[in-house]
Amino acid sequence: MNKFWIATIGTSVIAYLIKFSGTLIPSKLLESQGVRRINALLPIAMLSALVAVQAFANKQELKVDHRAAGLVAAAFALKLKAPFPVVVGIAALVSALLVRVS
Amino acid sequence: MTSVNRATLSKSLSVSFAVGAYGTAFGAAAVAAGFSVLQACLLSLLTFTGASQFAVIGVLGAGGTAITGIATASLLGMRNAIYSMIMKPILNLHGPKKLIATQITIDESVAVATAEEFRGEAAMRHGFWLTGGGVFLFWNLFTLLGALGAQAIGDPSMWGLDAAVPAAFLALVWPRLKDKDDYVLALGSAALALALTPVIAAGLPIIATALLAVAFARFKVFKP
Repeated sequence: MNKFWIATIGTSVIAYLIKFSGTLIPSKLLESQGVRRINALLPIAMLSALVAVQAFANKQELKVDHRAAGLVAAAFALKLKAPFPVVVGIAALVSALLVRVS
Repeated sequence: MTSVNRATLSKSLSVSFAVGAYGTAFGAAAVAAGFSVLQACLLSLLTFTGASQFAVIGVLGAGGTAITGIATASLLGMRNAIYSMIMKPILNLHGPKKLIATQITIDESVAVATAEEFRGEAAMRHGFWLTGGGVFLFWNLFTLLGALGAQAIGDPSMWGLDAAVPAAFLALVWPRLKDKDDYVLALGSAALALALTPVIAAGLPIIATALLAVAFARFKVFKP
């Protein structure tokens, strides 16, 4: 079994177990300020890191290329409150144009 | 079961379609990252939580191991446990219905349910089921279309697919940035991940920022 299959199945099984675990945990835990705060901050940290790495890293090497232009375009679209598919579409369009003209 | 309020129905359907259509980006990005069409579809059917799905394909596409990919996706999916906890007393389910509800407990279904709170618990349940079910339907349909499309077009960068992934993450994090502390953490995490990228294996820099978030949770920089 290659790593793509392991990742597909492993991620799926754990994702379901995480969702289900919430129905077993006593809701008192939810009232804890610390848990709430970590729950709000975890996605912010990890998603921001993913933005940076996916835009500026090529394997283990850092570089600024056409993807950066796409990201800037996406940020503008978000600033203008564009819906998700439009944001992603504009980023792809700008990036693809740069790749094709260079 | 009381009849469904029209406002609840239209809100649920518009969220379902808008979010579901975004599955195209996932399907395409998954194939560009090296997953097969079948694997992309299985991730959408079985994992069914967008940010985690993008995370696992991002990590593996960058050369990370399966374990790192699974760990990153799972840490990002932890919030779904909190959602299940919130929905449990409102849904109050047992047996197969509970197992199905568990699978569709995601950002969107819980967000619509919570937004319908002022209409009462019945409307919350309707919002949850309609949005969760609707997103499930469209997300999977569009994942398949995106995956087949990406398979047909060849070099992903010619179509901007390599830029679609960071844009997708940006769109996911954007609405979560509410105060100065959030921005500090977001920029700090981006910087930390980039600094670690040349020195540790792909995916691990993302996990390192999870630790940063936990440390950060103990402080409030700008608010008393």
